Amino acid sequence: MAWWRRKRAVTGEVKKSVPKGVWSKCPSCGEILVESDIVDNRSVCPACGYHHPLTARDRLASIIDKGSFVELGMGVEPEDPLGFKDSKRYRDRIKQAKKKSGESEAVIAGTATIGGRPVGVGVMVFAYMGGSMGSVVGERLTRMLEVSLERRHPAIICSASGGARMQEGILSLMQMAKVTAAISRLREAGQPYISVMHHPTTGGVAASFSMLGDVNIAEPGALIGFAGPRVIEQTIRQTLPEGFQRSEFLLEHGHVDMIVQREALRDRLDYLVRILTHR
Amino acid sequence: MDGPTLEFERPILDLERKIEELKRARGSDRKLIAEIDRLEAKASSLLDQTFAKLTPWQQVQLSRHPARPYTLDYVERLTEEFVELHGDRAFADDEAIVGGLCYFDHQPLMVIGHQKGRNTKENMRRNFGMPRPEGYRKAKRLMELAERFNVPVLTFIDTPGAYPGIGAEERGQAEAIAKNLEVMIRLEVPIIAVVIGEGGSGGALALGVADRILMLQYSVYSVISPEGCASILWKDGSKAEDAARVLNLRAQDIKRLEIADEVIEEPRGGAHRDVDVMARRLQSALARHLSALRALDTEVLLAQRYEKFRRMGVWSERT
Ligand SMILES: [Zn+2]
Repeated sequence: MAWWRRKRAVTGEVKKSVPKGVWSKCPSCGEILVESDIVDNRSVCPACGYHHPLTARDRLASIIDKGSFVELGMGVEPEDPLGFKDSKRYRDRIKQAKKKSGESEAVIAGTATIGGRPVGVGVMVFAYMGGSMGSVVGERLTRMLEVSLERRHPAIICSASGGARMQEGILSLMQMAKVTAAISRLREAGQPYISVMHHPTTGGVAASFSMLGDVNIAEPGALIGFAGPRVIEQTIRQTLPEGFQRSEFLLEHGHVDMIVQREALRDRLDYLVRILTHR
Repeated sequence: MDGPTLEFERPILDLERKIEELKRARGSDRKLIAEIDRLEAKASSLLDQTFAKLTPWQQVQLSRHPARPYTLDYVERLTEEFVELHGDRAFADDEAIVGGLCYFDHQPLMVIGHQKGRNTKENMRRNFGMPRPEGYRKAKRLMELAERFNVPVLTFIDTPGAYPGIGAEERGQAEAIAKNLEVMIRLEVPIIAVVIGEGGSGGALALGVADRILMLQYSVYSVISPEGCASILWKDGSKAEDAARVLNLRAQDIKRLEIADEVIEEPRGGAHRDVDVMARRLQSALARHLSALRALDTEVLLAQRYEKFRRMGVWSERT
């Protein structure tokens, strides 16, 4: 799939259980399709291959063995250490984010198997405050990585995040170092860590664990980079070239190992876990 | 004091200038001498009053003060025989970061820091202290060099942030920063980081994973610039003053949040008013921390560094 298709706005997320017979128009090719057919196809348009945004739970389910997931750190919940308030209070944003995403924070982490092999896995929830990384994301990911270290499992993190969570100030910035520290222990122990970057992966998440995979995988057309395109445009006062900071651009410049279509991701992860733990 | 000033410094500086003029004209005029004494007392109390109730935004302005001492000002005062080392061995020498070997207290030290410029020409060269990936990769190279020869690392943090540009993204800004975090967490020599001015986001943290994090009293450390935060949350960059308040970015906030280990008091009116005094205070703090860290076995040093960052964050746990 070409990256520019991603540019089109997609509103609403594909829910897991769509009743049969609900029709929806593909925002990319315009084809009218039965929604349950799209969901069954990992939310990839059967007509044109457009990757609809996937909920984090569906993303997780699409890469691991059915029924194998054991969640870690579910009880770890956000606080409001700065008493942060802009036009809204952080506490209210947290409540809204829970409701909107159906998740308790911006990452789901735990253990699972892929092709029967145990792995630690974390999937970021973009629908929860833009997948932003605060203390809870840092703590849940760190616990998952530490469990992986202890049990000698490979670890996989699927990123989808705008970066650090401003409402937690400096504490959110430090999560970059905290999660990276846990990854460095896996590295020293010779256990693989695979990073999968979804749309979008930017800021402090890109500039920490997302870019540090033994293998870096990008989904087609994802926006991946340190600075957001708007910030760059404002700084250099020129329009950015087409395709800038998209997965294909990152592959061309040597920052990711491969671009993998959603429907092929599970098999590719299975392969990598198998070959990297062969010994 | 001449040179660039901030708005809230101006009434103080106007008074001080007037005092200087009177001093030149005084002769043995008793009335004038009394007037000078009176004005000096006034200037002094105005300075104390202003600095006793600095707003967070004023502190941000101080941290960016154009006369504020930069990395090389401290290197010059704190170290001996500094020899700069250049380049990332891959692409370029990024002068927004300087680094090199030197002696501190007669012991070898690797010093690395963001470097801003004093004027337009210098700032072109230093890119306003905003590094590109090669700056971070140079820093990484120097840290690994220090590790090989068992030399401790001192970093000075003073940057608005990593440079947001096309080339920087092409050459992997995100990866360059990420890699430094990883290298610093496992580097087998003591590391001390000092925020001397602006600690701007990931571009600051890329020199900030250390055994000790020290901050000068009027420095700031933030996940995002107040301007950037305001333009996202209020959709209005001019609300930076409000953003500075909610971000809790002052040295004392960072200490309270248990990220900074120590806040080093600045001379009255800020480090730029007496760089030598500032440097001496920094010298004694650094000597103290360095000797404590040198006494640790590498294994203990690394375990403590891991734990330090492992604990960071505030959350609750439902059981
Ligand atoms: Zn389609």
